[in-house]
Amino acid sequence: MEGEKKEIAKAYEKYARQFTPKPDYLGNSIKAFLVGGVICTVSLWFQNRLTAGGMTEKDAGIFVTIALVAAAQLLTGLGVFDVIAKFAGAGVIVPITGFANSMVAPALEYKKEGPVLGVGAKMFSVAGPVLVCGISSAVAVGIIYWLAGRF
Amino acid sequence: MEYFWAFVTGGVICTIGQILMDTTKLTAPRILVIFVVSGVILQALHLYQPIVDFAGNGATVPLPGFGYSLAKGAMEGAEKGFLAAITGPLKSTAAGIGTALTFGYLISLIFTPKSPKR
Repeated sequence: MEGEKKEIAKAYEKYARQFTPKPDYLGNSIKAFLVGGVICTVSLWFQNRLTAGGMTEKDAGIFVTIALVAAAQLLTGLGVFDVIAKFAGAGVIVPITGFANSMVAPALEYKKEGPVLGVGAKMFSVAGPVLVCGISSAVAVGIIYWLAGRF
Repeated sequence: MEYFWAFVTGGVICTIGQILMDTTKLTAPRILVIFVVSGVILQALHLYQPIVDFAGNGATVPLPGFGYSLAKGAMEGAEKGFLAAITGPLKSTAAGIGTALTFGYLISLIFTPKSPKR
């Protein structure tokens, strides 16, 4: 019985695959490469302008991050980010702009559920796992390095 | 030249993400997690710092760069003591996370969702 079910599922998958359009691997990769590259280059230019204005490199880096995050979230609110992401794919999702977008997009979608359980909770539906995994692994690294420094 | 390598490195990291999205069944959140955690691990092994020195924003702006700052904060904190090792990751990324939360919340309250044009 179980095996039969699996077979049916497999057959369906095979059948459905005929109708799913194959992604344009090369075209998508080129678009992601170009857009991702442009975002990094522009932020480097912005950072250089800030350091030229007398800011320390560390502070300038922080300001660049803030600017990227704010810009991505504003564009998400305006509904423009989706249009760009449709074209550029990972080119805007992999930079920090994608992380910023991942907080606002679900929050807007679930706005009807209220400011606390709608917006407040859904802001973390994608960003939550990223922060949990990223921060906990980094804290683990810190503890390991601290322990290693003791001996 | 600085700009050229930032462009190429940032582009390559994004292309890796695009290939993962197109060829595997991984969803976007999983890919984000993979990128951040791989940034943490690479920096913990001292492998990401050379990329940052070489490519600047090309390496810090993509998500592995977020993992890199988290791990860097932890490693710098570990030299000062146990508490700093724990507070380090959040300290080094506090500005980014703080902005993302505050501004994101504000934006979500101001704007109403738009149905995508078809």
